[in-house]
Amino acid sequence: MAMLSFEQKYRVRGGTLLGGDLFDFWVGPFYVGFFGVTTIFFSLIGTLLIVYGAAIGPTWNLWQISIAPPDLKYGLGIAPMREGGLWQAITVCALGAFFSWALRQAEISRKLGMGLHIPVAYSFAVFAYFSLVVIRPVLLGAWGHGFPYGILSHLDWVSNVGYQYLHFHYNPAHMIAITFFFTNALALAMHGSLVLSALNPKAGEVVKGAEHENTFFRDIVGYSIGTLGIHRLGLFLALSAAFWSAVCIIISGPFWTRGWPEWWTWWLDLPIWR
Amino acid sequence: MNFYVRLALGLAAVLGAGIAFTFEYPPITVEQRGYRGLAIEQNHTDKGLATLAANNVVPAAADPQEPSGIKSSKAYENVKVLGDLDSNEFLRLMTSITEWVAPQEGCTYCHSEENLADDTKYTKIVARRMLQMTAHINATWQPHVAQTGVTCYTCHRGRGVPANVWSAEPPQAGPTFAGNRAGQNAPSSIAANASLPHNIFMSYLDKAVDIKVQGTQALPAGNRNTIMGAEHTYGLMMHFSNALGVNCTYCHNSRAFANWSQSSPQRVTAWHGIRMARDLNTAYMEPLASVFPDNRKGPMGDVKKVNCATCHQGAYKPLLGVSMLKDYPELGPGGPIKATP
Repeated sequence: MAMLSFEQKYRVRGGTLLGGDLFDFWVGPFYVGFFGVTTIFFSLIGTLLIVYGAAIGPTWNLWQISIAPPDLKYGLGIAPMREGGLWQAITVCALGAFFSWALRQAEISRKLGMGLHIPVAYSFAVFAYFSLVVIRPVLLGAWGHGFPYGILSHLDWVSNVGYQYLHFHYNPAHMIAITFFFTNALALAMHGSLVLSALNPKAGEVVKGAEHENTFFRDIVGYSIGTLGIHRLGLFLALSAAFWSAVCIIISGPFWTRGWPEWWTWWLDLPIWR
Repeated sequence: MNFYVRLALGLAAVLGAGIAFTFEYPPITVEQRGYRGLAIEQNHTDKGLATLAANNVVPAAADPQEPSGIKSSKAYENVKVLGDLDSNEFLRLMTSITEWVAPQEGCTYCHSEENLADDTKYTKIVARRMLQMTAHINATWQPHVAQTGVTCYTCHRGRGVPANVWSAEPPQAGPTFAGNRAGQNAPSSIAANASLPHNIFMSYLDKAVDIKVQGTQALPAGNRNTIMGAEHTYGLMMHFSNALGVNCTYCHNSRAFANWSQSSPQRVTAWHGIRMARDLNTAYMEPLASVFPDNRKGPMGDVKKVNCATCHQGAYKPLLGVSMLKDYPELGPGGPIKATP
C-alpha cells in the first residue's frame, strides 16, 4: 500500500498506553503496538483451539462445527477440556483479543491526539459479548449459560433461550433494543441519502453543501439536526441498540424466570385501572 | 442543571425504583434438560419453588379399614357404580371424597339429608360419573397418567368445582368492526398473559383441530396452514406452559418444534394428554349437560370442561408426581367401579 507524502508526519513513535516503545512501529500500513501483538496472539490461539475442537468433534461441516460450553453441573469452575473446558479457553482468548483490539484503538487515537470515541463505541460490542459469556453466566451461577461457538448451534441457543421465556418479544429491553436497531437504520439511511444527494447534483450543477442539507430537512420536517448532530445521534442510536441488547439477555434468567408476557402483569395490575 | 433536567432525572429515578420491584432476583435455580450449550433448561426462583411445593401438598390418606366382607350394594341402597366395593372401604372412600371435594359442605353436598340413597341432588349424579371418569383415566390413559394415576383430589383440591375449568367463550361484546379483537389482541391469562388467541380450547381440547402447523421442509411445499393457525397453536402452547409451570423447551427443541426426534419424551406424554382431555370432555363432561343446573354452566350454556390446568395447576406433574392412587386402589385399574351403572 502506497503511503501518501504527508502521512509520514502522523506516524510518530511514543505516547503508548503502557509507556516504553515495545512493538511501537508500523508494518506496511498497520500500526503494530503491544496490543496489536496481544490481539494476534489471542486470535491465533483462539482460532486454533476452535480448529482443534472441530478436529475432536463429530463433523467438519462448517455449519455444524460447534464448541459447546460445559454442563451446568460444573458451575463457575473449570470443566474438563473435552466437556466444555475448550469453550472456556476459547472464551478467554476471545475476550483477550477483543480487549486488546479496543486498547489498540485507544493507543492509535492517543498517538493521533484524537478523542476516544472509537474505542468507547467498540467497547459496547465487546460489552454485549461479555454480557453473554460472563455477566449472565456468573449471575446464573454456571459457565454453561454461555452460548456455543458454532454457526448453527449459536442460533439454536438463541432460539431456545428465547423460548425459555415463552415469547421473547414481550421482553421490555428487547423491545427497546429493536426500536434502537430500526431507528439506527432509519437515521443511517436518511443521512446517507442526504449526503449523496448533496454530492451528486445533475450535470452542470455545483456540488451542494451543509446549508442545502439543512434546508432540505427544515423544509420537509421543520428541523435539521445538523452535520455534527447527525453523527452524535447515529452513535447514540447504535450504542443504545447494542447496550439494550445486552440488557435484554442479562435480565432473561437472572432477573426473570417466567414467560416475558407475564412480566407485564405489573402494568395490568396498576391500581389506576385494575 | 436546569429545572427540566432535574424533573426528568427525578421522574426517571422514581420510575427506575418502581420497575425494580417488577423483577425477580438471583439466586436462580436452573435445571439443565438437554445437551450442554443447547439452552434446554427450566428456570426457578427459590420463592417459586416454595410456592410450588406449598400448592401441591398431598393430604394424608384415610386409615385403612378392615373389610366387612359385605359388598356395599348389599349394605346400602342404590349403590350403582361402587356396588362391588366392600362396604367398609366404601365408607372410607366416601369420607375421603368429602374431604377432597366438599370439606366445608360435607356429605350433603351430594346426598339428601333425609335419605342418603336418594338421587335428588345433581351433584350425586355428577359424582357417580366422575368416579367412572377417574377409573377410566387410570385404566386407559396410562400413557399420560402412568402408574401415578389420578384421584378426585388431583383436580378438586377441596373445591366442589375444580379451580381451572373452561367453557365456550361468548362472542365479543361491543363494536366488532374497527374494534374486533378477533379472539386475541388483549392480554389473556389463558395464553400466559400474551395477546395471542385465547379462544382455543373448543378447537383443540374438544374438537380435534390439527395442532401441527409447521412445514417439514425449509421451502414452502404444500403446507396450507395459515399464520392465524400458527397463532392459535401458539396460544394453546402458552396454555400448556402456564398450566404446567414450564417453558417451551420442556418438550421442544425450538430449532425444530415439530420434529419428534429432537423433542423430549415429555412431548409424547403431552400428546396423549391432549387426546385424553378431548376424550374426557366429549365422553364425560358434555353428556352431563342435562344434569348440571344453569349456574354450573358457562355463559354460552355449555358445561364446564377440563384443560391441562384442571389437573396440573401449575405443576409439571400434578401434585409433583406423588401418587394418591396407591392408597385408594379402588379407583385404579382393575378396580370395582362399574363403567355403566
